[in-house]
Amino acid sequence: MTDTTHNLSSPRNTGTRTFRLPIWSDANWVVRIALLIGLILIVTALAAPWVAPFDPNAQSLISRLRPPIGFERYKDGFYFGTDELGRDIFSRCIYGLRLTFALALAGAVIGLLIGGTLGLMAGIIGGVFEEIVMGLVDAQIAIPFTLIALLILAVMGSSLDVMILVLGVYGWEQYTRIVRGEVKKLIQMPFVEAARAAGATPLRIAVRHILPNVVSPIVVQFTLNFSNIVILESTLSFLGLGVQPPTATLGSMVGIGRDYLPTAPWIVLAPAMVILLLTFAVQILGDWLRDKADVRLRSR
Amino acid sequence: MLTYVLRTLFRMAITLFLIVTLVFFATRLSGNPVDFVLGEGITKEDRALLIAYYGLESSIGTQYWRYLSSVFSGEFGLSFLERRPVSEIVLERAWPSVKLLLCAVCFTLIVSIPLGILAAIYRTSIIGSVVMVIAFLGYAVPSFIIGILLVLIFAYTLNWLPVIGDGTALHFIMPTLAISGMLVAAITRFTRNAMLDVLSQDYMRTARAKGLPEWIVILKHGLRNAAITLLSVVGLQIASLAAAGSVVVESIFAWPGIGDLLVRSAILRDYPVLQFGVLSVAVAVIVINAVVDIAYAFADPRIRLAKG
Repeated sequence: MTDTTHNLSSPRNTGTRTFRLPIWSDANWVVRIALLIGLILIVTALAAPWVAPFDPNAQSLISRLRPPIGFERYKDGFYFGTDELGRDIFSRCIYGLRLTFALALAGAVIGLLIGGTLGLMAGIIGGVFEEIVMGLVDAQIAIPFTLIALLILAVMGSSLDVMILVLGVYGWEQYTRIVRGEVKKLIQMPFVEAARAAGATPLRIAVRHILPNVVSPIVVQFTLNFSNIVILESTLSFLGLGVQPPTATLGSMVGIGRDYLPTAPWIVLAPAMVILLLTFAVQILGDWLRDKADVRLRSR
Repeated sequence: MLTYVLRTLFRMAITLFLIVTLVFFATRLSGNPVDFVLGEGITKEDRALLIAYYGLESSIGTQYWRYLSSVFSGEFGLSFLERRPVSEIVLERAWPSVKLLLCAVCFTLIVSIPLGILAAIYRTSIIGSVVMVIAFLGYAVPSFIIGILLVLIFAYTLNWLPVIGDGTALHFIMPTLAISGMLVAAITRFTRNAMLDVLSQDYMRTARAKGLPEWIVILKHGLRNAAITLLSVVGLQIASLAAAGSVVVESIFAWPGIGDLLVRSAILRDYPVLQFGVLSVAVAVIVINAVVDIAYAFADPRIRLAKG
């Protein structure tokens, strides 16, 4: 781990640095494991219909609460055991992972688009618009997001769309802050000055000259944000405010399974472990990318 | 200095205004809240009476204005479900939450500051790496998973600790740990970074050169200088992380606090309670942030002595 401290005065030449996505051979073994886990999880989520041995919502009341493989009363084929309705936990984990992935990805992308655009506009337009946007950013930083999520979900009900909305709003202020900061620096650069002198429109300057240069901090922030979104989604689903049953996300499996914790802990343990694998892998990758891109983001 | 304080207070006021507005419009977006809560089985007259009572027949602008003025006069309405003033309901829940958060914050500081210092001093050795790996991974563990695992191990398997409520000191252990997980991870990292900044300063070498014992050098010359940075970050982080963490942790342990109340009123759609609960937590966080900001200004001579 490098000794990144909050050394804001460190010289770096953002304008001329090109961002190269790091590759396998750059990685140490921890990162390689994280990459592998991430890859396996992604492939499993994508191929859920083929990988999952059973229908995730198929109930079987005669084989309720069966323990996972290796325990007494294990039922053949149900590797992670069955839940309170006799559904296969392994299959539910896979489909839950798929949904968690999809939700988190949609949320993260929306957040990036909203926040990035606002940051870009604030940096380029400046003036009153910038003041307002940054005021909103300050306000958003000051208010714990969980509160906002609770409000939105209570008012608009719990459905997939609302969940995506909530996750999409999360984290926008981080992108806005980072992008605006970078833009403010870039806009002073000679090459932007040159483009302006050559008669480029503000839109063209934004898209062709500034945007490519803020890609690297955005990629890093996206990865770090992704694991927070996974945590937020599972937490809300855990509380029963997320996607409604019988559809499984990893968080709601833990939430519903906790009633059976004393007698059937495997209902909770399997999805909890998948969540941990996911957040660990993403977090490690994000940190690695940050070191690679050498962006001194404030770690949250 | 005065300008700094005024600016902080002004920002605080704007944020408060924004949150009040957000809360109001969020709860009015979905149409008539009375229908949502009462559903069927209510006579026309009763419904009209309730709508008139909550002032829902007037335009949204009028409602907003009335809401603002009632907020300023300290009127927050009655709970849909319990028919009691929401301020009463939320106040009852405040003390258990505060107790739990104080425990969590104390625990966090006691654990993470020494860990952060260790990680900074032994940053090249195995101790530093281990601490940082724990802090790093701890940040990726959702607090509900910590809570559930603690319950599984210490309550159901070992039978050591009680799960529900806040009756005895034993009841505090698991919720405190569950809330602290993420806080410890965050504050350990910050302490380490702040200490690393300080450790390489010239005055540290001077302190050693004049023969002071190492622990005095670290604690008196190192930590005290790192503390200023730490104070600001810790203050800002703890308020919002703790608010977020306590929502889920309180609901796991059926802790009679505000977090549990918020989740319950969100699920049951008791809007007045939810409104006031969200408002009071947000106000608490914002006020704590402002206080930390101002305290930081007093602690840091660069700001304290600056003009304007």
